[in-house]
Amino acid sequence: MANGVLVFAERREGALRRPALEAVGAARRLAAVLGGGVDALAFGPGASGCASELGSHGVDRLFVTEEPHLELYAPEAYAAALADTARASGAAVVLLAATVLGKDLAARATARLDSGCLSDVVEIEVRADGTLRGKRPVYSGKAYAWVAVPKARPALATLRPNVFPVSPPTRQQAAELVRVSAALPADRLRVRTVRLEKAAAQELDVSEASIVVSGGRGLQDPANFRIVRELASVLGAAVGASRAAVDAGWISHGHQVGQTGKVVSPNLYIACGISGAIQHLAGMSSAKVIVAINKDPEAPIFKVADYGVVGDLFELVPQLTEEIRKLQSS
Amino acid sequence: MKLLVAIKHVPDTEARVRVAADGVSLEENGVKFVISPYDEFALEEALRIREARGGEVVLVCAGPEGAASTLRQGLAMGADRAVHVCDDGFDRADALARARVLAAVARAESPELILAGKYGVGSDENQTGPMLAELLDLPHAAAVSKLELGEGRFTAHHEIEGAVAVMEGSLPALITCEKGLNEPRYASLKGIMAAKKKTIEVRSLAELGVDPAELREGSRVVWESMELPPARSAGRVLDGDPARAARELARLLREEARVI
Repeated sequence: MANGVLVFAERREGALRRPALEAVGAARRLAAVLGGGVDALAFGPGASGCASELGSHGVDRLFVTEEPHLELYAPEAYAAALADTARASGAAVVLLAATVLGKDLAARATARLDSGCLSDVVEIEVRADGTLRGKRPVYSGKAYAWVAVPKARPALATLRPNVFPVSPPTRQQAAELVRVSAALPADRLRVRTVRLEKAAAQELDVSEASIVVSGGRGLQDPANFRIVRELASVLGAAVGASRAAVDAGWISHGHQVGQTGKVVSPNLYIACGISGAIQHLAGMSSAKVIVAINKDPEAPIFKVADYGVVGDLFELVPQLTEEIRKLQSS
Repeated sequence: MKLLVAIKHVPDTEARVRVAADGVSLEENGVKFVISPYDEFALEEALRIREARGGEVVLVCAGPEGAASTLRQGLAMGADRAVHVCDDGFDRADALARARVLAAVARAESPELILAGKYGVGSDENQTGPMLAELLDLPHAAAVSKLELGEGRFTAHHEIEGAVAVMEGSLPALITCEKGLNEPRYASLKGIMAAKKKTIEVRSLAELGVDPAELREGSRVVWESMELPPARSAGRVLDGDPARAARELARLLREEARVI
């Protein structure tokens, strides 16, 4: 009987991505209920090098396909391999991080497996009857739905980054390696990633950061994102933006928080010069702590903020940056 | 070039969300429905490709009777004709069930390129596009912010965390569209008038060879309940001079909230 959990071990530039380790933690918990083991699947040259790290976090077997043409994402080949491995490994559940890649791969593999996928869950469990069940934000975070895959197996889910904890390594044991050949050879790939182009400065993504500092229309000018970036830099935070700032062309869409942007759940969200339109609030109100800095005391953002400062952000934000620097060096 | 654009009829992004009496559905009373914003990028891209290369832009929407207004809106932007798979069962159907219905239409139309939004706002799943590609055995690229077409080939910028993945593939293909791909046009008055004369072909599930029972009961993913997030209450407001407020805020974040 299929009772294992398979995790997609997403890598970039040779390293495991943190959301993949978050998925391993959740997988261990579900596997304990199902009474099975935890397996992982990784692609590309050097993928077998993840065996010790994954093993220490509780992965029993690591399936690897190390052909060079699978170093970067190729939707058809990845989906075929994930579906094949799910069946071969006896998985009842397949977990992926809800990264852009993870969500895309999960959907294509789900169709291949004729199964169901719970997208972007923030809670996940397996019921006694084997039903995979999860809670997920819908309507851009304006509501949560409890969704389930009662019958189809393996059932899939993608886990929202930054929500599930990475458990510390508990054992010194490498995952057992299982080498599999690519379902599709290089000359049969009809689509593939040929290269990655990175932003000039390596930036944290708002969907994966534990602190996000965002700017809105109150910044008045694109050049003023500098003061938001400085605060973010001191905190090791990602830079976010309201839709108004993105639509004005002040910053690229990848930074947008809220509907038609990203839904984020950081530990700390600092909104600078953002009034708090309903679609922005939906995207960030699951942050653990919210700080609002705005000159308008009536701004809706203050209704959800744990700490609000009414005043001029051009004075306040640089001073806050300075105060945090002082705290860090004391 | 024949282009098929899949669009979804969704609640307006400005709508306030309430849970209906059944505890699982959206209370639709008073909610305006529109074309999903990401689908507007898909339609705009299709129109630009037609303008550059010639061809036909066909819309498809799987939705209830009311979805006709969304298709009419797409026709007013400039699409040539539309196919409306009309059924009340789509709101409970999962992404794979919807993708199966769209696949039946795509097989009948055999487009060279299928475009859709990266997700339909509301369910926010990012599933239907890649599933449709898999069902049709087509290559796909998702969340695309830049698209170039060559002879039988495409190059797409796929937006991922902190980088752009440049993808290359062959046509026919399916592309899901990200914000930034283009700036969708508004329907002109002339477009709105012209749309009234364009055809919306209404198809039932039976005509497409899809079992209606399969759509209603065959979904692998079941919505059990829906709830609103716990209301957040306003916290503490700091005032006084900026220097003091900044110092106090930094202290609170460290000592009280323990987040820095």
